[in-house]
Amino acid sequence: MSHDDTMQITVRVWRQPGPAAGGALVSYDVPGVSPEMSFLEMLDVLNERLTERGELPIAFDHDCREGICGMCGLMINGVAHGPEKATTTCQLHMRSFRNGDVITVEPWRATAFPVLADLVVDRRALDRIIASGGFISAPTGGAPDGNAIPVPKPAADQAMDAAACIGCGACVAACPNGSASLFTAAKISHLGLLPQGQAERFRRALSMVQQMDLEHFGSCTLYGECQEACPKEISIDTITRMNGDFLRAAAQPPVREAATGSI
Amino acid sequence: MELNAKVPAGPLADKWERHQFDLKLVNPANKRKFTVIVVGSGLAGASAAASMSELGYNVKCFCFQDSPRRAHSIAAQGGINAAKNYQNDGDSVWRLFYDTIKGGDFRAREANVYRLAEISVRIIDQCVAQGVPFAREYGGFLANRSFGGAQVSRTFYARGQTGQQLLLGAYQALEKEVQRGGVVMNSRSEMLDIVTVDGRARGIVVRDLVTGQVESHAADAVVLATGGYGNVFYLSTNARGCNVTASWRAHRRGALFANPCFTQIHPTCIPVSGDYQSKLTLMSESLRNDGRVWVPVKAGDRRPPGDIPEAERDYYLERKYPSFGNLAPRDIASRAAKEVCDEGRGVGPGGRGVYLDFAASIQRLGEAKIAERYGNLFDMYRRITDENPYQVPMRIYPAVHYTMGGLWVDYNLMSTLPGLHVIGEANFSDHGANRLGASALMQGLADGYFVIPLTIGDYLATAKLPPVGTDHPEFRRVEAEVSGRIARLLGAKGRRSADSFHRELGKLMWEKCGMARSAAGLTEALARIPALREEFWSDVHVPGSGTALNQSLEHAGRVADFMELGELMCRDALEREESCGGHFRVEHQTEDGEARRDDTRFCYAAAWEWAGEGAPQGLTREPLQFDNVTLSARSYK
Ligand SMILES: Cc1cc2nc3c(=O)[nH]c(=O)nc-3n(C[C@H](O)[C@H](O)[C@H](O)COP(=O)(O)OP(=O)(O)OC[C@H]3O[C@@H](n4cnc5c(N)ncnc54)[C@H](O)[C@@H]3O)c2cc1C
Ligand code: FES
Repeated sequence: MSHDDTMQITVRVWRQPGPAAGGALVSYDVPGVSPEMSFLEMLDVLNERLTERGELPIAFDHDCREGICGMCGLMINGVAHGPEKATTTCQLHMRSFRNGDVITVEPWRATAFPVLADLVVDRRALDRIIASGGFISAPTGGAPDGNAIPVPKPAADQAMDAAACIGCGACVAACPNGSASLFTAAKISHLGLLPQGQAERFRRALSMVQQMDLEHFGSCTLYGECQEACPKEISIDTITRMNGDFLRAAAQPPVREAATGSI
Repeated sequence: MELNAKVPAGPLADKWERHQFDLKLVNPANKRKFTVIVVGSGLAGASAAASMSELGYNVKCFCFQDSPRRAHSIAAQGGINAAKNYQNDGDSVWRLFYDTIKGGDFRAREANVYRLAEISVRIIDQCVAQGVPFAREYGGFLANRSFGGAQVSRTFYARGQTGQQLLLGAYQALEKEVQRGGVVMNSRSEMLDIVTVDGRARGIVVRDLVTGQVESHAADAVVLATGGYGNVFYLSTNARGCNVTASWRAHRRGALFANPCFTQIHPTCIPVSGDYQSKLTLMSESLRNDGRVWVPVKAGDRRPPGDIPEAERDYYLERKYPSFGNLAPRDIASRAAKEVCDEGRGVGPGGRGVYLDFAASIQRLGEAKIAERYGNLFDMYRRITDENPYQVPMRIYPAVHYTMGGLWVDYNLMSTLPGLHVIGEANFSDHGANRLGASALMQGLADGYFVIPLTIGDYLATAKLPPVGTDHPEFRRVEAEVSGRIARLLGAKGRRSADSFHRELGKLMWEKCGMARSAAGLTEALARIPALREEFWSDVHVPGSGTALNQSLEHAGRVADFMELGELMCRDALEREESCGGHFRVEHQTEDGEARRDDTRFCYAAAWEWAGEGAPQGLTREPLQFDNVTLSARSYK
């Protein structure tokens, strides 16, 4: 690539030394940016230069760098994962920007996601929502043959659409209320659409929604920003499904857990 | 050291069955008295932690990402093998076993591979029960695809996100156990050393990656499920965080490291675009089902692909390997790509690329069908290269992908350090010198769901372990060593970043210990790596402090271990004077450039023993005995 193709970018990055410390936006010029670079590679280059200059590099989360682990996630000019639709931060390339652009880079902002340092946030609340019921209780060993229960292709496909969630938290960051409804609904839909998931369907919806509230996520008022921000294009219809399952569960009298005595 | 693989006696097909009966059991009421540490939450670690907790053990699980769901397994695209024979195309446990042994170029242990094939069928059942949304046919039954190195259709998949869906299944099982109280999950925790007491693994020392605190955890047994070490090459298809530290620290405490030079280069990755490149992206091998690989016949032909007529294209895999064609195993397809590029027939910038062309399939099946099969991969390709693979052929080139080598384990998946078990990609056990596609997911889950939960019981039931807590002086000693190493990295205050050293090491490894290896190249690398390592320790610059989140420090520690591993890989590659699987020694090839294996001299697993700082590791050989298959020259022609 010829030298002329490179761009001069300025980034304004949120710098915060630690969880309890205050933070501020700091500007850095990044010359020599190739349009073929990914956004994170641009930050790598900047970090190498900061290190050489004896400054502290910018902390940001990332791992797979191919849009599947859900570890990366930045607010880029106020948009979760930046300007391209259905694209995670790590998959965003600098060809989406122009020479001379000033780009503001911030961490996810939500009450339930405290900032740990710079652009790194704590998203463990999402794990706790899964732990509260986002599973099918199928202990290892007792499963019947995989073809014992046929699953109609449309159900399998729809379940897969919802299961594609990577748990990045962009939906929460994009939501004006900081709600985790899309994340929670995606799991409730994935499992609730499958025959294997029926036994725990309503109980699952109930406990996951309750956990979401406990974790200080906001409530859903169907703004739809989550669906726009979702890099996997999870549909907001999953939320309708979640609400239906939740209401049915909440209307049922609580099921008393049978005591498990010795046998 | 004497190596005892503890392979049970009896006919191959009965070994595991019998062994399960012979294993000592821990009585249900006693299980809760035992604590097991599982380092890693990928397919192997998450499935092991969940299953052991279900049995009643106390499990402590660790990962360095912010959530266990982000382990590198999440990135696996293509699928998972199982000998279900749902397609009625002649598959069987025996055939999967045979394909895997042959695919590994006869450098794996028969008994382990047979067990893997046997267990494969139960994995699918387990995953379906958990709600993994595998692809289905209209009748509602499970769909299959074929994958490199096999002539039957036995690969189960969930679009192009099979690893993600399998890992989410295991992760959900893990979180279920976290909720029940059986597992304590420690994320953003990096294991930096292992603690042995009276010669047994009794715990680990970790660094809390948020606070920087160095802490100890004690247990009755330790399981490493920490993945592969492909990132020693800097550029690979692995996630950026993948590293060898956990295995390497265990190696330094007495666990033998086996076949370190057995690494897999994957033929279908997006070529390098610039020197800022931070990783390489895999285009799933499943694409080779419908894509045809070619280069121009003439060297230096720079015409756009559409302008090159059929007669001037060389579909070299179809030409050289008529019976497997584009589905030739990975090592063979990778070397063939290198060969045509070395001849000046490569395409794209720098000439390091070959075409993977879907035009014929799109014509035959329609764009919609191709989109249904590979849509997400095509999108990914387009996003990275800005080219539309529905219209122009993809450009691909081989890249480092998987490491068959790893810590040596016996049939029970225990290393040579008693109490330390190793599962998943981190061990060396099942893939010999080359792994077949869709077999790593199978192995990780076989180890985690079905093998380790049983074999760990045998260890715990027979080891007679005295209680040991983190107040034991050994923990203090190892903590001090870990802190000392961190201080040394921070204190070097040199001029170069750890990343720049990592790139330099990676480049050297790729050139000298990559797709083609020679005695001269390896000898040169063996002279250069120790010098680079020395320079690293004196000239590395690690900014920041040890008492806060510090990603430069995390990376520097991993690079330091890669520096030692890289040297061992080169020694192993130099010592193995044959070509087999992914290990290609240029001195050992046939007239038409195929690998020449040497079964009389090298039919063994090479296990290396740490001999102290600066001293060369000692080599112990585990002879491989083949009682059930005939060693043959691997031919895919
Ligand atoms: C792009 C890509 C596609 C692939 N596609 C396929 C496929 O289609 N089919 C197939 O069979 N295989 C595939 N593979 C291979 C397969 O994905 C891996 O071999 C497998 O997932 C490894 O699983 P694992 O559980 O052993 O390790 P990993 O999933 O790598 O997990 C390692 C775990 O260890 C933790 N860890 C590591 N070091 C430490 C430490 N020091 N302290 C604490 N925690 C630590 C990590 O946090 C992580 O949780 C693919 C690989 C790649 C790179
Ligand atoms: S780094 Fe994995 S999704 Fe972006």
